[in-house]
Amino acid sequence: MNEPYIRLTNVGKRYETKDGPVEACSDINLDIKQSEFVAIVGPSGCGKTTIMKMVAGLQPYTSGSITVGGKRVESPQTDVGIVFQEAIMLDWRDVLENVMLQIDIRKMDRSKYEAVARDLLKATGLSGFEKKKPYELSGGMRQRVSICRALVHGPTMLLMDEPFGALDALTREQISMDIQRLWMETRKTALHITHSIPEAVLLADRVVVMGPRPGRIVEIIDIDLPRPRRLDRLPERFHEYSTRIRDIFKSKGVLAMD
Amino acid sequence: MGVLRKLTPVVGTLCFLLAWQLIVVVFKMPPYLLPGPVAVAYAFVDNLDILLSNGWVTVYEMVAGYALAVGVAIPLAIAITSSQRFNEFVMPTMLFFQIVPKVAIAPLFLVWFGVGATPKILVAFLISFFPIVIDAAVGLRSMSTEMADLAKSMGSSRWQVFAQFRLPTSLPYLFSGLKVAATLAIAGTVVGEFVGADKGLGYLLLVTNSNMETALMFATIVALTIIGLVSYYLVELLEGALIPWHVTHRIRESGTM
Repeated sequence: MNEPYIRLTNVGKRYETKDGPVEACSDINLDIKQSEFVAIVGPSGCGKTTIMKMVAGLQPYTSGSITVGGKRVESPQTDVGIVFQEAIMLDWRDVLENVMLQIDIRKMDRSKYEAVARDLLKATGLSGFEKKKPYELSGGMRQRVSICRALVHGPTMLLMDEPFGALDALTREQISMDIQRLWMETRKTALHITHSIPEAVLLADRVVVMGPRPGRIVEIIDIDLPRPRRLDRLPERFHEYSTRIRDIFKSKGVLAMD
Repeated sequence: MGVLRKLTPVVGTLCFLLAWQLIVVVFKMPPYLLPGPVAVAYAFVDNLDILLSNGWVTVYEMVAGYALAVGVAIPLAIAITSSQRFNEFVMPTMLFFQIVPKVAIAPLFLVWFGVGATPKILVAFLISFFPIVIDAAVGLRSMSTEMADLAKSMGSSRWQVFAQFRLPTSLPYLFSGLKVAATLAIAGTVVGEFVGADKGLGYLLLVTNSNMETALMFATIVALTIIGLVSYYLVELLEGALIPWHVTHRIRESGTM
């Protein structure tokens, strides 16, 4: 249990471009324990999405090492559920079947997991929408379906790449609450990529603050707030954490000083 | 109001026909130059047996050529999108066959295959083949990287990626190619018949042209147009049945936007 589930050691990534090599991120050292919720917050282009994709085995890293569950990441990870920035619905499948896609592809027992899928849809306020087609749903509902799809097969690890990036502020708040509740029930090892400071503080046990190019970890902050955290009852310390992260960004020139 | 609004296209068409008839009557056009729509309609009805027997031949050649094009183009599109090497290998040849004027090859087909259906089928095939390959290939390449990542994270096999993600994503593109090809196939068939035939609507066009039977010639053109329209709408019907989720159909369904 003491061994971290996800371990990044001196991880870096370089791209070769026409104008020479570009460093997306470097010297990334991060341990994520089993059942821990970690958020990475940083400005655009700091390489935070790259880190998630490297952990998922979807992009190669060029230095250091990444292990998941003690094994070095060398190919796409499959004991994982990923929520992308876009919901990526298959328009030819209805809502339930989009969730069940995960089960179909993995050739798992449909009869057993259909109940799981229905429960997840219910937990995210989508019961009654099982037979709807994705294009009949709002953006927020589609993203909820993709969260259900990421959880239905019971993966150990949940990766989220700016899942609220394309949503309006109210929907963001609702889905944040959904994610917190689902995470508290399932205790997945979660890595959440975001550019929103309050979102990171609201959801995470630890917030990794990244600086601009080349992406480096500036600070890792423990968020010691009781759960469930409620948006309408945010304690004073929530604002202190947010302000602290904002100050880090200011000192790095990411946010302008007033 | 609603009914009148719906009749607008019909009224528009009637106005066009009326203007045509008026021009013919007022300027006393000789029927061998420009027959009026009434004369064309009479010619159509009076010669329905000739139009049907020749039309059947043309439809057969067109459908055979089109089916051949679909049958070759889709596997080829899958092959060129699966292997970059194969794409580079066949692309120059394919481009050559697309760019070479079909009218110029048609006489060659006549020499090789005689006046039967085969040369017409081949011209129809050649002309409708390319848009299907190109649009199918664009469709098969249109899957987003995020969808590919999603598929990988589920541990999809190559076949699953193709069957569950790539192929369904490509269908809207494929159908736009199939629709263009459907309208081209009829043109290809007529070109084939122009070069050498003893039956078919293209043949009938040549005969009526040389006999100055202009009204029947117009009736033949109308018959060709009907065939083209019907084949286009048949493909569209199939599209609606196979990909009801596609955007062009869902807008019509909901009746908004």
